[in-house]
Amino acid sequence: MDIINAIVLLLNYIFVPALSYGSQLALGAIFVSLIYGILRFAYFTAGDLMSFGTMFTILFTWYFQSIGISLGIFPTALLAIPFAIIITTLYVLFKDKLVFSYYRTKKSPPVQLAMVSIGTMFVTQAIVRIIIGPFDRRFFDGEKFILKANEFKEMTGLNEGLTIKSTQVITLLVTIIVVSILFWFLNKTKTGKSMRAYSDNEDLALLSGIDPKKVVMITWIIAAVLATIGGTLYGLDKSFKPFTYFNNMLPIFAAAIVGGIGNPFGAFLGGYVIAFSEILVTYAYRKFFIYILPESLEPDSLLQLLSTDYKFAVSFSILVVVLLFRPSGIFKGKVL
Amino acid sequence: MLGLIVLVGFLQSWSIALSILCLCLISAVMTMGANIQWGYAGLINFGIMGYTALGGLAAVLVSVPPVKEAWQVGGLNMILCAFLIALMVFGVRFITKKYNKSNKRNYGIALVIIVGLILLRLISGPAIESIEAVSPATTGFLGGMGFPIMFSWIVGAFFAGALAYIIGKIALGLRADYLAIATLLISEIVIAVIKHEDWLSRGVKNVIGLKRPVPYEIDLQTKEWFINLVAKFNQGTLNLITDALEKEQMLKQLVIEGSTVFVKLCFAGLFSVVVIILLIVTQKALYSPWGRMMRAIRDNEEAANAMGKNVVKQHLLIFVLGSAIVGIAGAMMVTYDGLFTPGSYRPMRYTFLIWVMVIVGGSGNNFGAVLGGFAVWFLWIEAAPIALFLINFFTSGLEEANVFKVHLINSIPYFRYLMMGVGLLLIMRYRPKGIIPEKIKHI
Repeated sequence: MDIINAIVLLLNYIFVPALSYGSQLALGAIFVSLIYGILRFAYFTAGDLMSFGTMFTILFTWYFQSIGISLGIFPTALLAIPFAIIITTLYVLFKDKLVFSYYRTKKSPPVQLAMVSIGTMFVTQAIVRIIIGPFDRRFFDGEKFILKANEFKEMTGLNEGLTIKSTQVITLLVTIIVVSILFWFLNKTKTGKSMRAYSDNEDLALLSGIDPKKVVMITWIIAAVLATIGGTLYGLDKSFKPFTYFNNMLPIFAAAIVGGIGNPFGAFLGGYVIAFSEILVTYAYRKFFIYILPESLEPDSLLQLLSTDYKFAVSFSILVVVLLFRPSGIFKGKVL
Repeated sequence: MLGLIVLVGFLQSWSIALSILCLCLISAVMTMGANIQWGYAGLINFGIMGYTALGGLAAVLVSVPPVKEAWQVGGLNMILCAFLIALMVFGVRFITKKYNKSNKRNYGIALVIIVGLILLRLISGPAIESIEAVSPATTGFLGGMGFPIMFSWIVGAFFAGALAYIIGKIALGLRADYLAIATLLISEIVIAVIKHEDWLSRGVKNVIGLKRPVPYEIDLQTKEWFINLVAKFNQGTLNLITDALEKEQMLKQLVIEGSTVFVKLCFAGLFSVVVIILLIVTQKALYSPWGRMMRAIRDNEEAANAMGKNVVKQHLLIFVLGSAIVGIAGAMMVTYDGLFTPGSYRPMRYTFLIWVMVIVGGSGNNFGAVLGGFAVWFLWIEAAPIALFLINFFTSGLEEANVFKVHLINSIPYFRYLMMGVGLLLIMRYRPKGIIPEKIKHI
């Protein structure tokens, strides 16, 4: 019984939150990785693009709420996502036309493109803050919990409760759907294959008649879709605040690099690596050991490896270790 | 640029103008540090925030008087920990030297680190608790050395340089944009440590009331010579007032205003000295054989390597030097503010803004870096009034209570991001080498 209690404890406090947080990071990391692979620069606007997409989801959610449309037990935001995706896509394509394409045709070094993306980061940040303001916003509606701690305790008769928020399930389901479509697209369709070819070897791809404009456009569209969905899921699960989204850029980059930058599947796994390690290292294991150890050995300290203040620092330390020992990432991306 | 600052002095107030000037000077120092790395050697360092914070920490550790009680309850353990860390470092070095690359070596290193960390935890845990318990409202940390704060400008440079050495050893082999991300993330780790190790830096509880290298306003206001000076400067206005009592009151008001201006003037003077010294040194370095070698390495690493230049070593050297300069700026900034707030170190303000300064000013040119620091900081501060003016101008057709107009006016603070972004993009597009491009003298 104690063992089951201990497992439920870990599920509740580590596994479920890490899984949803990891999915949100993974969506971000995939598009950062794709942009890195195909457009060949570090896209510093990542976090702010997510907040841009989320902002429009919120605006549409408000609009739907004001005209009385809702999805019942599901959050209205799910209905708003497609509209937000359209606007975000238009925004990135416009930005590409106005800013990035010039440097691409000039074949500027990646560093310069990264600097340019810092410029667009400032602009995007300004747009988001001017339109919606810098405040913390919650836009979740519908049924909040799928499984409440009390219900779980009554159902199973265990001491430990298991809470599953509906946002966590939605996050997981949406991630699975989106990621499988994406990988199907990249691996099976002709466009997807041409994208991978372009990422592997640009010159060879151009020789075999792949249209670079199309590849670039599709990349931006995928980026916009993933950014909007990932950002909205994060916002539903926690809350929307432009500053947090900007900061999320850092673990997203960590995930992309840990997974092997330029390799979308690695980035996907990298998101989970980062999320799990952040939560595993900063969780206080005291209660867990109380359950599994005999009473005489009960620990009296918190048994926490690092305080939760170091959450971000953990993922970045992993990054440093990975850079030291496997610079191409755990799952072999581009060798840099 | 100075003309603009003087304009602010006339239009807004001299106090604001001088604080802009002081921060412009500090920004110029930071920009010079980043410019040395980027302009001379082509290294991207997005960790500027970390070095700035470390410089600030140096200011605290140098100037705050030591907290004797805290040293008594936990000092010994903390010193022991420092030894332990040194021991760990030597242990790892020993293993890496003695054994060849193998799994055995990796396990050995891991073992040393894990055992070391557990020991550290055991020794430091109780000590940290008791240190933080020593009157937590005012101290709760070990304090510093109690030296004059000016001394910290040098110590800050050493701190930042030491950190840069470690980071450089880890990350300098990476490709450019990789290096950018790695340094950005590592600087976040540094901030996390400074923010949460309360025994060292008081963390988010902040350290306030740091000593100043210049006189305090309150002291100045009672000094005979200062009152006389203010009276002399404002003779014209004072003479107009005939009533003696009113005259005295006026003088008092002027003295209070004058004292803040005087203090800031002193700061500006000190900072200018630093900027000028750095300018002379960096300018000399740029046109020395060493500077030519750095440019050669930047422009063609392989060729420079083939000529027998040790690229790795030079990269590390310049990384350390540039970071040390940023560390000086960090210490200067804390000295100027008189307080150390670890929570305020954010990548937007301390990394990306500095980079905008470097790019706008002109990478590879020290005068460009200084100009970039001045221009961008000025715009950053004065963006709000400019944006207000522009909004009022463009929406002048709308009513006062128009929702759209009110919304825009409420979000004025965020227009500075827009200006920075658009400015950066325009400069990168139409003047990719910056306002003052790099000049290379051919000999």
